[in-house]
Amino acid sequence: MKIDPIAVTIFVTLFALVTVLGFVAAGWRRGDLTQLHEWGLGGRRFGTIVSWFLLGGDLYTAYTFVAVPALVFGAGAMGFFAMPYTVLVWPILFVVFPRLWSVCHKHGYVTAADFVRARYGSRGLALAVAVTGIVATMPYIALQLIGIEVVIAALGLNMALHIGGVTVDLPLLAAFAILAAYTYSSGLRAPAMIAVVKDLLIYGTVFAVMIIVPAKLGGFGAIFAAAGKAKLLLPTPPAGSFGSYSAYASLALGSAAALLLYPHSVTGILSASSRDVIRRNAIVMPTYSLALGLIALMGLMALAAGVKTMPQYAEGFKAFGPNFAIPALILQTFPSWLVGVAFAAIGIGALVPAAIMSIASANLFTRNIYREFLRPNCSPAEESQVAKIVSLAVKAGGLIFIILLPQTYAIVLQLLGGVWISQTLPAVILGLYLPGLRPSALLLGWAAGIGAGSWMVAQSSFTSAIYTLHLFGTAMPCYAAVAALALNLALAVGLSVVLHSIAKRPLRDATAAADYG
Amino acid sequence: MGGKLREGFRWHYLVLLAPLLLLWVPSYNRSEPSLFGLPFFYWYQMTWVVVTALLTAIVFFIDKALARGAKR
Repeated sequence: MKIDPIAVTIFVTLFALVTVLGFVAAGWRRGDLTQLHEWGLGGRRFGTIVSWFLLGGDLYTAYTFVAVPALVFGAGAMGFFAMPYTVLVWPILFVVFPRLWSVCHKHGYVTAADFVRARYGSRGLALAVAVTGIVATMPYIALQLIGIEVVIAALGLNMALHIGGVTVDLPLLAAFAILAAYTYSSGLRAPAMIAVVKDLLIYGTVFAVMIIVPAKLGGFGAIFAAAGKAKLLLPTPPAGSFGSYSAYASLALGSAAALLLYPHSVTGILSASSRDVIRRNAIVMPTYSLALGLIALMGLMALAAGVKTMPQYAEGFKAFGPNFAIPALILQTFPSWLVGVAFAAIGIGALVPAAIMSIASANLFTRNIYREFLRPNCSPAEESQVAKIVSLAVKAGGLIFIILLPQTYAIVLQLLGGVWISQTLPAVILGLYLPGLRPSALLLGWAAGIGAGSWMVAQSSFTSAIYTLHLFGTAMPCYAAVAALALNLALAVGLSVVLHSIAKRPLRDATAAADYG
Repeated sequence: MGGKLREGFRWHYLVLLAPLLLLWVPSYNRSEPSLFGLPFFYWYQMTWVVVTALLTAIVFFIDKALARGAKR
């Protein structure tokens, strides 16, 4: 692809700006960065507005900007499940997560596993929650790096370096090094500050798309007409099956249940300065959902623009598949300078969550593995130092992922990641309400859920997260996360009741009912 | 911090179950009536974003009012 100097200059300038911000952030609302809750949770001092940017920057990732419209581009209406998904997720944040915030604030917990450890007095269950979080996050970070890779390639900047049969993308490596350096030095303050820039760029880009693209393609009516009737709506299910309907609904429900359990979500939530900050954000966060809906529609616009068959984008589609649809649409319809802004929005939009994800994984490793099992008596300064180093290791892991494995694997693992992380729901979310659950039952439910969920995804040879259940003679295609979670919940609750009726046992609960506010 | 209620089930929270209507896909999987060229399927779901935000805001303010009442 040929290089557009104006677009590249703007892109690089914006990247340089956020790099400076990333380092400056260390001194923002100054705290002692040798304490884990200062480095890894920003000192729990973020108010409503900063949290709004941070959570928005955290939860609407490159996956949203690249993969959701790519899915709509490829699969049509089915990809729009992201819309009901982000509608359902905010009431969950509003109702459930202030409780988690309160108990964590009261006891100084930094991770969801910290809470589980204290609530059920079980190191094994806490370890399961921590490991699930770390493993599920890795491919998620890899996907952010793919997002950066896509825009870099679309700018024509892909300068590859071949080392011993391995191809390394130099600009990607540069972006990665920048990200790693400021995360190390500033902790959560860096993505919080950069998120403000990111969101302004994203909203600006979405606004520009909504004005420019329909004008070029002859209005929304023409776009929907050109996209083709077959893709506009979900196919009507055949007799004896819920078909696309149950797939669509379960994808929305399962994704909503999973999202807030991810370590980066928990980190974002716990960094809030009060529970009302979380509740207010649950009300205003849907502004991002509207943007997401419009971004998803860009998939249909890309269809209507016909970028798929244009020879100048063939190379991009060959390398990135449908993930190249949005960059191609932007290249096709935007003036150069706006291409630079839009691509910077996507690139920085990937950096922010990648930073938070690596911090969140680092918190989990340090708190729930290193301090719990390896060095129980480590000092707070040592704990914070380990977290900083682990944040580098986690990002390097994501990088190795996309260098060594074909991209399809990263996407498959991301899919599995969603199935896996949702299996921590009983321990974390039910745990907020039910102290009487048995840790052994929760652990067994978790193992069964992980096993069954992975098995269901394996049935499609790891190409789809939809598994068809057969219930009472009716076929029900269902997101594997939901089916696995149903099994998990049944086991966790059922076995707890059985165990309780066999033998009462005193609770090993280090929290009190009043701690949940 | 406010928002703390001493007892009783918070019935008004049940309105937050309304968005679950979105799981009943056949109720909106059609293109008419369209709005500004957007098929029903798309604008209906996007409308729920706003509706859900409003419902959540209402619950929040009821909580606040109840908390003030409890303090008196």
